[in-house]
Amino acid sequence: MTDILIGDPLSARSEILARIRSANRGISVKNRNTNATESWQDIPRTYRQCGTLTEADRVQLLAERLIEYGAGVYRCQSAQVADNIAEILRCRLKRKILLSSDVDPDWLPQNGPAFIHGNALSYPEIEACEGVLTGCTVAIAVTGTLALCHTSAGSSRVLTLLPDYHLCVVQAAAIVETVPEGFRALEPHRLQPITLISGPSATADIEMTRIQGVHGPRVLDCLIVV
Amino acid sequence: MRISLFIACYNDTLFPEIGIAVVRVLERLGHTIDFPLEQTCCGQMHYNTGYQPEALPLLRRFVEVFRDSEAVCVPSSSCVTMMREHYEKIALASGDNTLQSEVAALLPRVYEFTELLVHRLGVEGVGAVYPHRVTYHSSCHSLRNLRLGDVPIRLLSNVRDIELIPMEAADLCCGFGGTFSIKNPDVSGAMLEEKLQYIQKTQAEVCTACDSSCLMHIGGALHRRRAKMRTEHIATILASEVASAALRNGGR
Amino acid sequence: MATIPNVDFKKRRAPDFPSAALPLLQDAQLRSNVRHATGVIQGKRARVVSEMPDWQALRDAGQRIRAHTLEHLDIYLEQFEQRCIAAGGHVHWARDAAEANRIVLQLAQNRTGRIIKIKSMTTEETGLNRALEAAGIRPVETDLAELIVQLGHDKPSHIVVPALHKNRSQVRELFSRTMNLPQLGDRPEDLAEAARVYLRRQFLSTPVAVSGANFLIAETGGVCIVESEGNGRMCLTLPKKLISIAGIDKIIPRFRDLEVLLQVLPRSATGERMNPYNSLWTGVHPGDGPEEFHVVLLDNRRTEVLRDPEARETLHCIRCGACQNACPVYRQTGGHAYGSVYAGPIGAILTPQLAMMERGQSLPYASSLCGACYEVCPVKINIPEILIHLRGRVVTGRPKVLRAFHPEAIAMRAMQWMFLRATRFSMAQRLGRIAQRPWIRQSGWIERLPTVLGGWTRTRDLRPLPPQSFREWFQARSHASMPSQNSSEAPHD
Repeated sequence: MTDILIGDPLSARSEILARIRSANRGISVKNRNTNATESWQDIPRTYRQCGTLTEADRVQLLAERLIEYGAGVYRCQSAQVADNIAEILRCRLKRKILLSSDVDPDWLPQNGPAFIHGNALSYPEIEACEGVLTGCTVAIAVTGTLALCHTSAGSSRVLTLLPDYHLCVVQAAAIVETVPEGFRALEPHRLQPITLISGPSATADIEMTRIQGVHGPRVLDCLIVV
Repeated sequence: MRISLFIACYNDTLFPEIGIAVVRVLERLGHTIDFPLEQTCCGQMHYNTGYQPEALPLLRRFVEVFRDSEAVCVPSSSCVTMMREHYEKIALASGDNTLQSEVAALLPRVYEFTELLVHRLGVEGVGAVYPHRVTYHSSCHSLRNLRLGDVPIRLLSNVRDIELIPMEAADLCCGFGGTFSIKNPDVSGAMLEEKLQYIQKTQAEVCTACDSSCLMHIGGALHRRRAKMRTEHIATILASEVASAALRNGGR
Repeated sequence: MATIPNVDFKKRRAPDFPSAALPLLQDAQLRSNVRHATGVIQGKRARVVSEMPDWQALRDAGQRIRAHTLEHLDIYLEQFEQRCIAAGGHVHWARDAAEANRIVLQLAQNRTGRIIKIKSMTTEETGLNRALEAAGIRPVETDLAELIVQLGHDKPSHIVVPALHKNRSQVRELFSRTMNLPQLGDRPEDLAEAARVYLRRQFLSTPVAVSGANFLIAETGGVCIVESEGNGRMCLTLPKKLISIAGIDKIIPRFRDLEVLLQVLPRSATGERMNPYNSLWTGVHPGDGPEEFHVVLLDNRRTEVLRDPEARETLHCIRCGACQNACPVYRQTGGHAYGSVYAGPIGAILTPQLAMMERGQSLPYASSLCGACYEVCPVKINIPEILIHLRGRVVTGRPKVLRAFHPEAIAMRAMQWMFLRATRFSMAQRLGRIAQRPWIRQSGWIERLPTVLGGWTRTRDLRPLPPQSFREWFQARSHASMPSQNSSEAPHD
């Protein structure tokens, strides 16, 4: 692969690196470990690594957080997922829904709205859909965060961006309590695009008043499968 | 205990009543006070204004004067902050090993006045009487650098007949900041104006603090506004007894 | 090593902080907007920080991660470059702002003549928008606040909330005029909706986006961007080409380090447990997002900051803006008084350093050293210490003649001379008592002082020197054989 070279890239690179090395040479750091890997491992991490809540409490906390952020939260047993999805979409008056490839086919209601796979659609076609249905790789209860890992074109980032509505199905088993637990669960996906969603898009740029829904989906619903 | 007093140059010059009050309180508690006359300034003004090399001789002087003291009492949080946060650094930069070890040996014996009372001497009640409404301004150096916490409040609440009124936005800087108040007089004045709203809202008669520098700034604005409230260093309150409190009241 | 381009500081010198602050202090509307906004964010921050029993441990870890990264910055940058290229990205290095802008300009050419942008302090620093406009490319800011700033030909005044100096009716007036919406309401919802409609067309039809970056992950070659509105996600996924400019200080060692930084950043920045959207990506992803991805690694004198052992910690900054919200000085003046892209306490230490101490010399003095900034900093940058250190660099950096004859330097030397002998000090106390006499008013206080001291009496009075200093009192008392009640009377009556 040929890289795109502009200006005098090699000298800029070597010059910046040389400046860094020269600056760092002058710094006498006590007990400085020159091995970056070992020195990284020596960083004390005395913050909370693991939560203490039960699964039921994690579900409860996640739900509270998302509701606080203005999302809709629903809970159901795994056998009733399809019925609940149908009901939620009916109440939201959604008839044409994009489908992310991480959605379990068993979740789809038989007589519900039209579900369209998103992998081959153009932006205007995606935008024309009334909403999107996705799964969730990991959810973090403490922060009310839904982490989506985009594994293929069928679950691409744009699907949850252009439509004005997002329904996210979260398995209770995918809910961790703390942020460090969340990142440990995301670690295997670290080379994929990852979107962390904590409530619908929002801004507080005008007089610090929180307004929900600026550019992303203005409505976020979350169905937790317990 | 024999306690050496480092009074701070501005207290010495502008607010002698603070030193007198400190002497009274500590003597009342049965301690012997010694005031080495060779002392002058801790070097804070030079150091904080950017004249760090100029602070070194003043540090040396402080160490020479107080080297053998059992405990050093300083009725000024900002001076103690200067010593605790910068003396070791200045000594290190000087390359003088003797100075470094002398500073390291001396610093643990240096106390801010209220800290000395509560933490070193274990006293919270000093037998003071002060029949006034008082609000406490927690100076930034007391609050964030020395982390005095409720130490001054504990001392004040043990004063007889005092009425302590808590202040809103207690952690907001009054805008003094040493040479900041001269270099940025307008911003400093605006900060003071905001702080005064909270101070005056308490409707106290007296605003007190562990730093007479903040009080000089706050008191100066109160006087400019011909406000009824006045400022008093915490030491003068803790030194007050019935007679002197009445005298003071009558005199004003 | 190439020389750093000389800055003609006479030409580029902004007014110093005290004079720049003056008109802002008189702008009641601006001050009230700034106080309101900083007050709201501070309150939210305090609430979400108090929820965290391990907050101090997170700050400690954050500090250690940042310090560790700087110690091994060369290794991590090379690692980032290698992994990013391996994932299909392109990596460019820019020694200074001009070089970064040249790189972006060449990459940004496209048939529409415009690019879309995510709010980025780094591109503010390089002046990218001016460079693009000069080359005939229109940069469209997509963050609501940045849009407000751009449409109003204004300047950002806060790292996180750049338009906090504008209130809703000011924004309504601006949008109504520039978007041609005479019926527009002034509820924040109406204004956000107007921006949504206005920008959606731009998102879908602009083939190039420019962003900054919150974190560059050395381990993966990936990038992380933190935002709230979704404009960032639009810019990061819809255009065919994405260019991200990041200071070399934005590197973090590993993916896992986000577990610390993404806890402290949102809570410190906006008072949220987590901001609504965080995007992470690595190079290009077939079928998802841009087909071409470029990172521009910008030095622009960060390596000079790194060279100063007392101040290199400045580069720990993760641009949360908590120090600005906590700062009682910023609270009075807002960001514009700092005359630089980076305002508030972090600006007061970063700006003069990035300018090699040739500009912004008044900024290290624009602080009362109250320490509120240090207390809230999520990566524990000891800003007051660095301010003091930089004051020292301002003093020693003065030209030789000025160093000797600067009035302040003369005063400081005189004070030092005086403090070196107690006899001189007591003599000065006595002289002061005489010299002050003409200035004492009827009230018994000093209400006006000459020269530089006049700053003090502009807003406050000064109690005059009392007739007896403490040392005089103590000496008199010691001379008396035993301490008596009388001798301990206060010199003030």
